[in-house]
Amino acid sequence: MSTANPFLLLLASIFTQNIALVYILGMCPFIVISKNFKTAVGMGVSVIFVVTLTAMINWPIYYKILVPLKVEILSFMIFIIVIAATVQLLEMLIEKFFPPLQASFGIFLPLITVNCIVLAVCIFMVLKQYNFIQTVFYSLGTSAGWALAIVLMAAIKEKLLLVGDIPKGLRGAGITMIIAGFMAFAFMGFAGMIPLQ
Amino acid sequence: MPKKQVKRNFKHTKSYKALVTGLWQDHPTFCMVLGICSMLAITNKMDNALAMGLGVTFCTAFSSLFVSMFRNAIPARVRMLAYMVIISTFVICVDRFLKAYFPAISETMGPYVGLIITNCILMGRAEVYAIKNGPWFSFLDGLGCGLGYTFMLILMAIIREPLGFGTILGKPLMPAFWVNWVVMTIAPGAFFLLGAYLWIFRTIAKKTET
Repeated sequence: MSTANPFLLLLASIFTQNIALVYILGMCPFIVISKNFKTAVGMGVSVIFVVTLTAMINWPIYYKILVPLKVEILSFMIFIIVIAATVQLLEMLIEKFFPPLQASFGIFLPLITVNCIVLAVCIFMVLKQYNFIQTVFYSLGTSAGWALAIVLMAAIKEKLLLVGDIPKGLRGAGITMIIAGFMAFAFMGFAGMIPLQ
Repeated sequence: MPKKQVKRNFKHTKSYKALVTGLWQDHPTFCMVLGICSMLAITNKMDNALAMGLGVTFCTAFSSLFVSMFRNAIPARVRMLAYMVIISTFVICVDRFLKAYFPAISETMGPYVGLIITNCILMGRAEVYAIKNGPWFSFLDGLGCGLGYTFMLILMAIIREPLGFGTILGKPLMPAFWVNWVVMTIAPGAFFLLGAYLWIFRTIAKKTET
């Protein structure tokens, strides 16, 4: 069992261990959805919600069902099914009970199933042997870190239009990669700020 | 050359087309910018890149084959879930195989093996190609995409490992005075390198975005 302080874990997973810029995960939506600031905020909020929820569901499933039955080998499959089912359920609930949210929030949900960070948080939670409280803080921090990164990226890309004149071949994904590289440098500045490996 | 002759005749068959679209025209990384998470994360070592590439090729080829075999039995509403179950089966195989035979590589790749499941290439090929085409062509299409992806991983690793660690496949390559570029082993180097590759490729292929 890991003995990390949950609150430090939260800060560490937002800044020093940012999942987008240090572990390089969740890149597909990071490139595609970061064209517009508002959309990026919507996506970020949906990801925070889904990641925290699925991690909270998957923790008991792994430790209370898979481990006692000694079928940890199936964990990947179970995790991804739980994620897909949760996302589907959320989509239906939002459609039924909160129609106003549908426009700003619901359209991102189907995309989240294939966002690697949802599965990554579940896998990390097992690898690092977090307990339930740590898992909650870790998943919250990780998803918040990803949301922070995509929102920053969208803001930078909106300003980029004002600068203009990017070489043709570099437009779109290419320039996103270069900006992400600089952002990753910036986030390296946080390293060592929090005493946690 | 007799070999080339065979290839030319073969060139007009559907099998060839299925195999080659993934290697060049619809290259998963350059054209669609898919599946780059694990690509950026693990290409700082050549052996990891090879293991990842072959793992993805295996999973893409066989999951396409199986999706295609069951394509008439999968209801459209739950097809995503069905893809995921099929894909995760093969990913578990790869994960167990690496753990059993290459424990060192499995250790350094850590969670990224499991994350092949959410690699968009697998899902993309299942949705775009395998669900509409026969098993043999789907298999070739998956194989082509997987190999195209492997090729890209090798391109990345072949620059990052010598610059970052001064080695290739763990063997020393650079002269003694060489100072390692630590930045190449971590995230920023990966981002810059992929950005540069995208720039070069898209300029050559004249495929630009606005």
